[in-house]
Amino acid sequence: MSQAATATIDPAQNSGRALGRLTTVGAVLGLVGIGAAVAFSGGTKQFYFSWLVAYLYFLSIALGALFFVLVHTVTRAAWGVTLRRILENVMATLPVFALLFVPIWLGRHELYPWTHPEEVAHNVLLKGKAPFLNEGFWFIRAVFYFTAWSALATYFSTQSQKQDETGDERISARLRGAAPIGIVLFALTSTFATIDWMMSLEAEWYSTMIGVYFFSGAVVAILSFTILLVQFAHSQGALRGVVTVEHMHDVAKLLFGFTVFWAYIAFSQYFLIWYANIPEETIYYMKRQVGSWQSAGMLLAAGHFLIPFFFLMPRAVKRHSALLVLIAIWQLLMHFLDLHWCVMPNLHPEGVRFGATDLAAFVGVGGVFLAAIGWVSSRRALVPLRDPRLPESLSFENV
Amino acid sequence: MPGFLPPFFPEGEHYGLLAEYDSPGALFHACEKVRDAGYKRWDAHSPFPVHGIEGAMGLGRSRLPYVTLVFGLSGAIGGMILQLWANGIAYPMVISGKPFFNWQPYVPITFECGILLAALSTVFGMFAFNKLPMLFHPLFGVDRFAKVTDDGFFISVEAWDPKFDAAATERLLASTGATRVELVKRREGSAS
Repeated sequence: MSQAATATIDPAQNSGRALGRLTTVGAVLGLVGIGAAVAFSGGTKQFYFSWLVAYLYFLSIALGALFFVLVHTVTRAAWGVTLRRILENVMATLPVFALLFVPIWLGRHELYPWTHPEEVAHNVLLKGKAPFLNEGFWFIRAVFYFTAWSALATYFSTQSQKQDETGDERISARLRGAAPIGIVLFALTSTFATIDWMMSLEAEWYSTMIGVYFFSGAVVAILSFTILLVQFAHSQGALRGVVTVEHMHDVAKLLFGFTVFWAYIAFSQYFLIWYANIPEETIYYMKRQVGSWQSAGMLLAAGHFLIPFFFLMPRAVKRHSALLVLIAIWQLLMHFLDLHWCVMPNLHPEGVRFGATDLAAFVGVGGVFLAAIGWVSSRRALVPLRDPRLPESLSFENV
Repeated sequence: MPGFLPPFFPEGEHYGLLAEYDSPGALFHACEKVRDAGYKRWDAHSPFPVHGIEGAMGLGRSRLPYVTLVFGLSGAIGGMILQLWANGIAYPMVISGKPFFNWQPYVPITFECGILLAALSTVFGMFAFNKLPMLFHPLFGVDRFAKVTDDGFFISVEAWDPKFDAAATERLLASTGATRVELVKRREGSAS
């Protein structure tokens, strides 16, 4: 039997200030990155596409965190209570993404062909889609997504923080009641946001799987990101003995599972389009079989699925922090390649053209994202101190 | 049905010693002592899983995952080869204008074959490692052992354990807090 768990943990040692350093580092990176991206190619197509990839990338991590917290709450899970505050901090950055969306709104005519009336006028497909794909409705939908995400993230995050102070167990029950509604909202908004911002880049093309494709990548990304954040917190002296190898083992199992899920979704989307062979649908993969995009797709199949699949299979790897950090970084890189491969063939049909603007936009958006995480974290404990299931989580062991 | 699928035990008059405990905690600590005494051929019996007992018993990790991996990969590779051979070589047919050799339509069945063999090998591998099915066991001859499905906690030490010595082992088991220790006959119950 496991030794008796200590029901209380030291709040001073597990203060969110351990992640506070991210604020300054993130702010500097954000300023430098955004400044460089604007200086390199501000206002051009390249700038807006690079921004869109970076934006979708970090948005997917924040949405993944929202998903994790909602599912954790609705399933009444105990194992991950010690991890939950870290994910709440990532999720709480969602309102910032409304601000980061401004360049995409400004660049909508560069990004989305359906915003050109002359293009729509002579294209029967785009004309048919116009009731949905028009700038006004598109904007209203974006406002709705940000409202829903910000409301969910803020509600779940602040209620959890309130429980730190009051220890009120009814908060857990209340959140459990709200979480199913949140899950439905999350599913609808993340799916339609993917359709609006990623799928409509190729407005003639459609895939009913693109929403869940984005979602599956998002969960892989947040699990990888969690591994890195926990490692960073450990290096700052926080969460030691609180988030243990047992919790990371479970995160790694989920990462393994969602890596397979991503492959399942990615193949299913490709397979159905390949089999049906309808020109409206195959155009997407035709574009991605040109030049180096074909190699990028192969690399994705191997790097986003096969390599991590076999790498994460042994139990010993899932319980080895350095190897987990390695695969987390790898999967985060692969997730970037994934989104780059989804978005960029529209700008560079001739092949992969990863350039300085891509890097600058990535650093810029990522810097703002990290700064927001640091800012949110430093205001509260890094563990839900008085969650009723915290003792159970602290003594959690894999059988 | 005596004698049907009996366990393959070495010859001898006794099966071993059976010690009874009154709580899962007592069983747990007794396991640690038997483990530390260096016994290898023994087992713990409880009506429900006792958390962490595999550590107290000094059990290693199961070899079952390797069986699953080998069979899973063989299933996947075999499934793919079967389809490539059947549809590409043995009986090529034009289906919706697709090439004879293509991997895309074979992936679902490759996946299913992999899962099928992985799952079956896991179940039957588990049976093999546990020496199942075993319809008779000398311990069933001990009336008190019926409590193991209700409120009894037991440790059995087999007589062919290299360290087994009827008197010394009995002393060891008694010292671990057992409420009762008895010698189990090799054939006891087999005639009933």
